[in-house]
Amino acid sequence: MFYPYNTLQIWDTVGEACTELKREYDQCFNRWFAEKFLKGDRGEDPCSETFRKYQSCVQKAIKEKDIPVDGVEFMGPNKDKPES
Amino acid sequence: MVKYFSGADLLKTTWDQVCIAFWQRYPNPYSNHVLTEDIIFREVTPTNCLISRRLLTKFSRAPAWMERYLPKHMSSSAYIIEDSIVDPQKRTMTTMTWNITHARLMVTRCVDYRTNPDNSNWTELKREAWISSRVFGLSRAIQEFGLARFKTRVTKTMKGFEYVLAKMQGETPTKTLAETATERARETALAAKEKAKDLASQAQKKQYV
Repeated sequence: MFYPYNTLQIWDTVGEACTELKREYDQCFNRWFAEKFLKGDRGEDPCSETFRKYQSCVQKAIKEKDIPVDGVEFMGPNKDKPES
Repeated sequence: MVKYFSGADLLKTTWDQVCIAFWQRYPNPYSNHVLTEDIIFREVTPTNCLISRRLLTKFSRAPAWMERYLPKHMSSSAYIIEDSIVDPQKRTMTTMTWNITHARLMVTRCVDYRTNPDNSNWTELKREAWISSRVFGLSRAIQEFGLARFKTRVTKTMKGFEYVLAKMQGETPTKTLAETATERARETALAAKEKAKDLASQAQKKQYV
């Protein structure tokens, strides 16, 4: 029997106040990812609202802690990859 | 100066299950060094790929000889960015991980997950890492340290992955509590030994002043 979600603990967030919002979002995402996304179902994203709430909390924590994430390019160091 | 490393691994699980486990792999008994885990960006692209950015805080103590060259506040925890692209059409997942603190020792890892061509129930991992440092005169020593740590982490990552996959499949993970306890004790002992060495070398230095 394969249990794709809800069987594992949720890990800590960088914003201590965001734990509950992260838990809600992670559960929603894990379900959507396994049951819809990987199966090619391109319906509306059911997690957009929980994601928005979680993000507003976590982004605030990132600013408060001065974590240098601004301006970091997506897949950033890929271009510096040395020749193998 | 850049040091390059590459390797391959095999997980005896389907690509779908590996991807599902990827988002749920913290915490596991092999990830004691991971303190926090957050998604800070996520989007489905027009080509139906899922792109995500994960921010991790890791406990990352550099050895005493190296800490002297790193800013004080950076010595105990490090922020790591992990970007990923999941393409369910091509059935590939690519992750790129690098540290945004400790910038003088930059460790970048790239892992590519795809279905094994000989057995569609298995997943192949191709990993690459490159380590660069900009501390004049010490580059080589720091890179060697980075590479050694990277190799230990790879083993832990794989064990962690296997643990999470086993748990998801309803099996009892092979790592017992006793094993975890022994490992913890060993780590603590090792940390104490490092500390003692550090104190001894400081005492020795003082004698010559």
